[in-house]
Amino acid sequence: MIKRALTGAVCVATLVAGAFVGMNAVADEHANLIVNGEIEMVVRTEAPEHMENVDTIYSGWVYRATETQALQMDDFDNPGMLWVDQAAEYFETAQGPEGRSCQDCHESPEALAGVRAVYPKWDEERGVVQTLENQINECATERMGLEPLKYTGSEMVNMSALLASVSRGMPINVAIDGPARETWELGKELYYQRTGQLELSCANCHEDNYGNRIRSDMLSQGQINGFPVYRLKNAKLNAVHSRFKGCVRDTRAQTYAPGSAEFVALELYLASRGNGLSVEGPSVRN
Amino acid sequence: MKRSVSILIAVLATGGIALGQGMSPADVSYDEYGAVEVSLSGQPGNAEAGEKIMTTRGKGNCIACHQVDALAEYPFHGEVGPPLNGVADRYTEADLRGIVANAKMTFEGSIMPAFFKNSGYIRPGIAYTGKAAGPGDLFPILTAQEIEDVVAYLLTLKE
Ligand code: HEC
Ligand code: HEC
Ligand code: HEC
Repeated sequence: MIKRALTGAVCVATLVAGAFVGMNAVADEHANLIVNGEIEMVVRTEAPEHMENVDTIYSGWVYRATETQALQMDDFDNPGMLWVDQAAEYFETAQGPEGRSCQDCHESPEALAGVRAVYPKWDEERGVVQTLENQINECATERMGLEPLKYTGSEMVNMSALLASVSRGMPINVAIDGPARETWELGKELYYQRTGQLELSCANCHEDNYGNRIRSDMLSQGQINGFPVYRLKNAKLNAVHSRFKGCVRDTRAQTYAPGSAEFVALELYLASRGNGLSVEGPSVRN
Repeated sequence: MKRSVSILIAVLATGGIALGQGMSPADVSYDEYGAVEVSLSGQPGNAEAGEKIMTTRGKGNCIACHQVDALAEYPFHGEVGPPLNGVADRYTEADLRGIVANAKMTFEGSIMPAFFKNSGYIRPGIAYTGKAAGPGDLFPILTAQEIEDVVAYLLTLKE
């Protein structure tokens, strides 16, 4: 019996070096992302200190084919921007029993620039970590008297795309210490847990194998700085928890529900693995 | 568990009548290197059927992770595991049966899924539906005979 010593670490080291060689469908390792000729995105940077097994973090944009990458470089080519426009309309439309709009209290979407970059975030009053979606629903239900928007429904995804778009280029910077720590620890545990009948963890694909193909797809680090994501595959904007759901399902596991405590924790943990990358949403992926 | 062992013994004793059954995962005995000597189904494998299983999503889908030059007509081979070219020169039939049935017995902690296993999971779902699997919903990803078919195919991969 031949004993193979193919460890995850060896795998990653050789792959990261060779990942971009000889694959014409994938852009070169040094491609840079500048949107509309003005917003300079950080698509690769030093990993945050808490990451033990990875030195450099990469935006998922780096791993996409040149043609897919190009769609994100100009808002006229980025289909996700159509829904940003819809959300901008929603933002200024009076609704609900009190006839209020978001704009009544937040001068403009731009007045909320920087918010995306620090969510999920500890909410002092509620004593929980809130996602941007939770915060939007807090305003919709408690301040406008609306029914909560469906967590991964189109109105919510569009609004989160609008709020991401006004933060584009800003570095992700979620806090993981203090009261958020416990949630972060849960997220980390979930990230390394091998679930389902395929017994795969997020890390097996996105930490041990980024830069490797799995069937037709080039694996990225599974970063979430680009959400919501316009996917060519389903031609719509996708919420981050919808993506989590799809990846968990693909391990032949029982998924968690969008908005669940588990997915909120996983989102905080993943966001923290991207601290230093730019907010890119709405981004374009396949 | 006891019952299928005795069925198997009966099958072997009678020279292998096709029962379409064979061992259940709990009956498989791995040696200290993870190899499995006996056919899981009590029948020889069919390499042609094995090729189909290796390239079908929801079955083996082995090429999702492995490059196999002999299967070049099927598009998109992955790079998560090593190329399988010449694998029959490197491993015996028993080694390959063990790797396909449960690679974790050969490669500790392997990313490669166990294809002949049906318990001991965290949050198992019903296939790719995302729904919780209740008792009785979990079957090995490949049947005993399908494992043998894949092994038969792998044995054709010589350099
Ligand atoms: C009646 C006033 C009011 C309305 C209407 C309102 N908000 Fe708010 N919003 C607030 C207040 C007050 C806060 C600060 C709450 C806090 O810090 O906990 C806030 C906070 C937020 C935040 C988080 C800001 C941060 O720095 O963390 C976001 C995002 C937000 N609102 C989005 C919206 C959206 C989208 C709408 C429309 C669907 C909306 N709000 C409607 C009053 C309002
Ligand atoms: C079997 C491999 C596999 C596993 C396990 C897996 N994913 Fe993925 N994931 C993929 C593939 C393939 C893609 C699409 C290509 C890419 O961006 O990596 C993807 C994409 C993603 C993306 C989108 C990245 C972007 O830039 O758009 C996120 C986020 C993600 N996965 C999170 C997760 C999380 C969280 C888990 C664990 C719960 C997980 N994945 C487990 C295969 C996997
Ligand atoms: C999710 C990815 C994945 C899938 C799917 C997968 N494998 Fe593997 N396989 C691996 C990895 C990774 C290794 C390397 C062993 C290790 O060190 O963990 C491996 C190793 C092997 C080896 C040993 C190769 C050598 O040269 O040492 C064989 C044989 C093999 N796999 C066959 C298969 C067959 C047959 C299937 C389909 C029934 C399959 N694999 C499906 C990931 C996978």
